[in-house]
Amino acid sequence: MNIDWAALGQVFGTTLVVTVAMVGLFTLGIVGTSRKPRQEGEAGTAAAVGGGTSAVARTGGYACFALCLAAVGYGIFLIVAG
Amino acid sequence: MEHITLLIGIVIVTALVFDFTNGFHDTANAMATTISTGALKPKTAVAMSAALNLVGAFLSVEVAKTISGGIIDEGAGIRPEVIFAGLVGAIVWNLLTWLAGLPSSSSHALFGGLIGATLVSVGIGGVNADAVVMKVLIPAVAAPIVAGIAATAATRLTYRLARNRAEEDSAKGYRAGQIASAALVSLAHGTNDAQKTMGVITLALITGGVLAPQADPPLWVIASAGIAIALGTYLGGWRIIRTMGKGITDIQPPQGFAAQTGAAVTILASSHLGFALSTTQVCSGAVMGSGLGRKGGVVRWSTAGRMVIAWGLTLPAAALVAAGAAFLAGQGTWGVTTVAVLGVAICGAIWAASRRKPVDHSNVNDVAPAESAAPAGVVTAALQSVAPPPAGSTTAGAGTIEGIPAQSTTRSPATSAVR
Repeated sequence: MNIDWAALGQVFGTTLVVTVAMVGLFTLGIVGTSRKPRQEGEAGTAAAVGGGTSAVARTGGYACFALCLAAVGYGIFLIVAG
Repeated sequence: MEHITLLIGIVIVTALVFDFTNGFHDTANAMATTISTGALKPKTAVAMSAALNLVGAFLSVEVAKTISGGIIDEGAGIRPEVIFAGLVGAIVWNLLTWLAGLPSSSSHALFGGLIGATLVSVGIGGVNADAVVMKVLIPAVAAPIVAGIAATAATRLTYRLARNRAEEDSAKGYRAGQIASAALVSLAHGTNDAQKTMGVITLALITGGVLAPQADPPLWVIASAGIAIALGTYLGGWRIIRTMGKGITDIQPPQGFAAQTGAAVTILASSHLGFALSTTQVCSGAVMGSGLGRKGGVVRWSTAGRMVIAWGLTLPAAALVAAGAAFLAGQGTWGVTTVAVLGVAICGAIWAASRRKPVDHSNVNDVAPAESAAPAGVVTAALQSVAPPPAGSTTAGAGTIEGIPAQSTTRSPATSAVR
């Protein structure tokens, strides 16, 4: 019996890192592009009460979404190339 | 030659039936959390999943050369009867677990069926025990753990990062993300599982001398396998969707997103790093993990436990049914006919039993408190209705199928009253 621990460990590590990274990125995207109900104390954010997002946060958010989109594209590539 | 052609025809039909049950059994993997969080309407979700399964079936040009992945020795005298018996075992177990609303692996059912049939008709030498441990047992244990831990961590993280955002603002984003992850799972499923059926059909055609050895599956095989799995997916295994979407834990949009992304990543990572994990177990594990990751989230361990028991039973149970079927089918033409008739009768009986308490797109998200006790009873009920002699259950099954439309129209008021 020869259990391929290396492959299993690799799958586990990759899954953990990629999942957390993807979910983290996407959440940052949501955070960046959504309204802020609470003041977070960031310097230079002149957010109006109950609405408005700083341009930096919004751009960052879109960048996060773009990275996620790229990851989805890579996923589709993996399936197609499978 | 005529005999062979008929037998192969039966194998092809059986393979397509298995493909169909595979589709509706596994709809839950991609769409359960999407439906329960309301990211997509139930009908839209299954339609999307079905379309992607169909696309997935056509995507990969790689031929499923070995249907069993080395678990059985295909050179050791695999005849169409054996494949047929294996498929019958897999179908029966898939339907039983569907009736009980338990997500179990369709691949394990197929492997189990083939192993059981091979044991009876070829002997213990035809089964590769090492491969069973490597490709079935270890992935079965590892899949829920890997996906579960990843989903737990991801759920924690996303709740933490988005803690300053209003729920209604973020929910839309989460739902979009969830749809994307679910689409990836559906696509991967179509590519993998439709390929399995194509492999079975191609193998049957090769053993019958219709195709040359090493031939690619003809277009009609690819198309019919893709359509069978898509149809199954579209009809939707609503019972299993309910268990995964509502039964294991209550899923909020962030959890649904984390679970679905975890599942998609696990499936892609495992199949491309050479340690294939079962889709069903990955998705169930991810859902459990997302339940653990939310503060105040509750995992219903009784449901989870039943599910794990079903995973453990899948391979031996499908093997047992297939072994019986292989024994009968080995007796000659009348044996094959008997297996076919029995198989249809059992499917009819299970279908009939399912109509007593239907679960469909209209009530998939309504879970009554008493629901948790039901599946155990359903299994025993199913076993009881399967037990009667073949002649009786054939007529019972056929009779009830005729009556279904009438039942489904009268049922609606009753369900809404319960609600």
